[in-house]
Amino acid sequence: MVPDLYSMISLQDIHKKFGTVSALQGVSLTVEPGSIHGIIGENGAGKSTLMKILTGFISRTSGTISFENKEVSLQSPQEARDLGIGMLYQEPLDFPQLSVLDNFMAASTDGNPARQRQMLTRLCAKFGFELNPGARQEKLTVGERQQVELMRLIRDQCKVLILDEPTTGISVAQQELLFATLDQLRSEGTAIILVSHKLAEIHSLCDRVTVLRHGKLAGEQERPFNEDGLLQAMFDTLPSKTSPPPQKETGASILTMEQVVTTAGRVGLDRVSIEIHEGEMIGLAGLDGSGQSVFLQMAYGLLQPEQGRVTSPLHEEDLVMRVFLPADRLREGLIAGLSIREHHLLAGNTSFILTGASGRARSEQAINTFSILGNTETTAEGLSGGNQQRLLLSLIPEGARLILLENPTRGLDVQSSQWTWQHLRDRLPEDGAIVFASPDLEEIMEQATRVLVFFNGSIILDRPTDQTSYQEVSRAITGQVEQP
Amino acid sequence: MNMPLTSRFSTNILQFFGIMTLAAGAVCLLLFMLDLSPTSIAGAMAAGSFTSWLKFSQILSIWVPLLLCSCGLLFTFQAGLWNIGIEGQVVMGAIGATILLRLPEGVLPPTITIILSLITACIGGGLWGIFAGVLKNRGGVNEIFGGLGLNFVAQGIILYLIFGPWKRDGIASMSGTDIFSRELWLTTPTGWRVAPAALGLGIFIFLLSWFLLNRTRFGLRVKAVGINARAAQLFHIKPERYGLMAILVGGAMAGLAGGLQVTGVYHRLIPAVSSGYGYLGLLVVMLANYKALPVPLIALFFAWLAAGSIQLPIMLQIDSSLSGVIQGACVLSALLVHGLRKKKGAR
Amino acid sequence: MEISIAVLLAGIAATAAPLVLAALGETLSEKAGVINLSLDGTILLSAMTGFAIAAKYDSIAAGFAAAAGTGMLVALVLAIISIWLGQSQVAVGFALTFLCRDLAYFLGAPFARIPGPQLSGLPIPLLADLPFFGPILFNHSIIVYSSFIAIPLLWWFMYHTPQGLIMRCAGENPEGCWAHGIRPRVVQTIYTLAGGALVGLAGAAFSLATKPGWGRPQGCEGVGWIALALVIFGGWHPLRVAFGAYLFGFLQMLGILLQDSFPAIPAQIFQVAPFPLMIFTLVLVHLGRNSKGNKLFLLRLLSGTPPGGLGKNYRPS
Repeated sequence: MVPDLYSMISLQDIHKKFGTVSALQGVSLTVEPGSIHGIIGENGAGKSTLMKILTGFISRTSGTISFENKEVSLQSPQEARDLGIGMLYQEPLDFPQLSVLDNFMAASTDGNPARQRQMLTRLCAKFGFELNPGARQEKLTVGERQQVELMRLIRDQCKVLILDEPTTGISVAQQELLFATLDQLRSEGTAIILVSHKLAEIHSLCDRVTVLRHGKLAGEQERPFNEDGLLQAMFDTLPSKTSPPPQKETGASILTMEQVVTTAGRVGLDRVSIEIHEGEMIGLAGLDGSGQSVFLQMAYGLLQPEQGRVTSPLHEEDLVMRVFLPADRLREGLIAGLSIREHHLLAGNTSFILTGASGRARSEQAINTFSILGNTETTAEGLSGGNQQRLLLSLIPEGARLILLENPTRGLDVQSSQWTWQHLRDRLPEDGAIVFASPDLEEIMEQATRVLVFFNGSIILDRPTDQTSYQEVSRAITGQVEQP
Repeated sequence: MNMPLTSRFSTNILQFFGIMTLAAGAVCLLLFMLDLSPTSIAGAMAAGSFTSWLKFSQILSIWVPLLLCSCGLLFTFQAGLWNIGIEGQVVMGAIGATILLRLPEGVLPPTITIILSLITACIGGGLWGIFAGVLKNRGGVNEIFGGLGLNFVAQGIILYLIFGPWKRDGIASMSGTDIFSRELWLTTPTGWRVAPAALGLGIFIFLLSWFLLNRTRFGLRVKAVGINARAAQLFHIKPERYGLMAILVGGAMAGLAGGLQVTGVYHRLIPAVSSGYGYLGLLVVMLANYKALPVPLIALFFAWLAAGSIQLPIMLQIDSSLSGVIQGACVLSALLVHGLRKKKGAR
Repeated sequence: MEISIAVLLAGIAATAAPLVLAALGETLSEKAGVINLSLDGTILLSAMTGFAIAAKYDSIAAGFAAAAGTGMLVALVLAIISIWLGQSQVAVGFALTFLCRDLAYFLGAPFARIPGPQLSGLPIPLLADLPFFGPILFNHSIIVYSSFIAIPLLWWFMYHTPQGLIMRCAGENPEGCWAHGIRPRVVQTIYTLAGGALVGLAGAAFSLATKPGWGRPQGCEGVGWIALALVIFGGWHPLRVAFGAYLFGFLQMLGILLQDSFPAIPAQIFQVAPFPLMIFTLVLVHLGRNSKGNKLFLLRLLSGTPPGGLGKNYRPS
């Protein structure tokens, strides 16, 4: 690598281990002032981890960081703040119960409310944001919360600004405003790092891009970018077209939602009406938190609609016929501290009295069929992510007719993902349906027979996958639909 | 996570000795600073405890209610609940038993009365537990404060009964109700300080608790709810229902302790019938790291401390609350050691 | 028996003073995200040290200082084992409650029922002679004045100073604090200690003023639990918490007054009655909080949301 004459920030040979798992292995990166540097990569490639190390939010296992050509220790966000490194985290790390002004003032060196209010108003005017300083932060949309954080970082005159997937969950108008702000900051000399998995964003904003794959540097490009080259660097193998899903004859209705309204989750659901039929494999697309997760919880019965109705021929007693596999497997789906055997005891029909051997045969069989790396007494938290998913899949009862999955391949490698899909396809019963949410549009187009696109809590596109295109769905994800 | 069983067992033993050494060290330091001799205090407390059956059975008479309360608390802790209301559950159990024991003579045969009174004790304690559970589920009142409030209410009720409808002939006083007729006492042989029936019940309840928690579907589900209520729902377990069941079972065991104190120990209802065994049980289970197996031993140790400390004011002019200091020091040391291990493990 | 309203209010102000201090102390640490469940034991232990030191050195000031120090020491143990070593705050607090209580009885035994110094009244010249307001506000001991001043002072600190904002941030979202360049565990430790000191003062306020002397029981048993409940009841807001403390003081005074009017009912009932009454109010508040739509004014006044990070120990990765 040619050393730059002047770099704003430079990371050398960064390693990070979480326990025994390597998240980053020898990543180096240099960012120049007055530029936007893109970081792209698949889920779990280590993008967020690298950025959090850069702000001292998490500690690194080894490696050096230089700031304005001087080596710095960067062991805490405090140090990063003092140097002028600021980050917009993917999930806003703010104070929901406090007012906008309090959030803006938090950790500021100047605690004068009148001056800070003036400053906020001035910055808002400059960048075209409309924020009420007295409003409670929790009443704001994700995009507005992000704006408050951005104003705070701009006030502190950040020299390095890091944005982690900033366009997730915000409206098109907010996105345009954000991009304009970033443009202006670049012209003022700020070094901006933009983490994204959307190539379009990289194309429209970045001067340079770094690709990460499995915690390692996989490529670097200057503008103009070569898209195929980037894709090749991002994925082990270019996503090959697997055979399209077998289009089964769809049968009777298995779940109906009528004008369902709820305020749960980030955006809730807004008058959602939908019918799910036997034989369908439905993919839920949309930006993270646009209502997919709430929809799945509603379909399962974890949430009750505030207005509207959810009806299903599967009665309350037949709850066993519905299954929900959440995205955060260990926190929401499995019970840490209980073994594979005990999970099978909880899931299946079990006699009241148990022995140390109860459920052993069943779980041994599951371990074999599902190739779980572990034995009957391995606890859930002792399994790797892929094996936790296999365990969850193995817990789906025989007669399940409605299988709901949230990001079923999250954190899985290509092989495990393929295995999961193969299993689910085989598993789909004649009289049942599978509904899954995925942030990966290609996955949806490959696996689903029908796609629902969520935007701000509404379904704005509902099509069989063979009657739509990648382009149409991706536009819908950002809120653009052609009127029929 | 996949440590061999023997090595895990020996780590636990090692850790337990670490905790005890730390606690003993702290208490000894305190005693040295006060110019008191730990050895003579230990001597006074131990005197005869394990050689004289009379004294040992005295310890057992404390052990039984403590064990019952601790067993009840195992269920609520497994369900992820802090059942501070256990004191009130003991009191309501005692009141429940007294209702039956105060029936006019001759209505029921004495043995039947005693058995029924123990059942009403369980009902009293269980209902009081359910109360705290419902307050939590329906009213959103944290079980710690709901339980605490119910403790105060139970204390109010018992005082009202003792000073009101159940007052002794002539004068009402803190010494309690009239003594029940002798045939309503649990039989205690001469030379014993504990009723064999109470002892048997205590051991039976412990075995039952262990069995329910470790060898039944119920125990497994309670455990699942306690660790991850959200995930438990996906296994079609209703967390609120299992929380209620756990507090019902726990309350019933605490109530039984109250009932046994009434028929077996005091032979009347007194205001301080719970003697703080409920709170002490919380400390026992915490020191046992919320596991069933060490509970009887730790309860015995705590009972020995409590019984032994009664000698201190007489023999050495030292306040009997020293036993509480030692018990507290043990639990705090345990928390400290667990914390240090966790920190070491996280690195 | 005729009792003027002024005398009643003055009585409430004096009885509630220690409770106000203790509840404000707990508000301070809970607002920073730390539940200090040990209050009942801490108050007793600091009441004992306060009285013992004051009696030994014949200095009220030394007694109060020792009590505040004791409260801080207990809070420090909690901070180390919970905030820094990650053990459950409730578990540590509960163990401390009983350890402190028994430690107080054990160490305090030599000081039981001995005469000792007692805080005398300090009427404020001129103001104390005001009609009505004089006796209510300006004819008390210094600790009662402190409780008066502490209420607005704490409110001002929490909502109108940069340090107060940082403290609320630490209680709200420790992870967010860390991201903002604040060390949440340091902040939490500071306010747990400060809260502990206030609770310690409350202990000495009992043994040196409200219920002078030491013994077993001292008479302040159970108050710590009420202070804990008050913080929830007051929605973690210092003004409402103080209001709750005075309400409890009123209930206690009422108990004493009614006792004379209803000699048939045992006195003990009146002593315990304020405790369950307080808890029932709490339930009412919770129910009001959970129901949406139009709330009664009183319920709206009393409802509050707990700090987002309350009771959780945060550890940067």
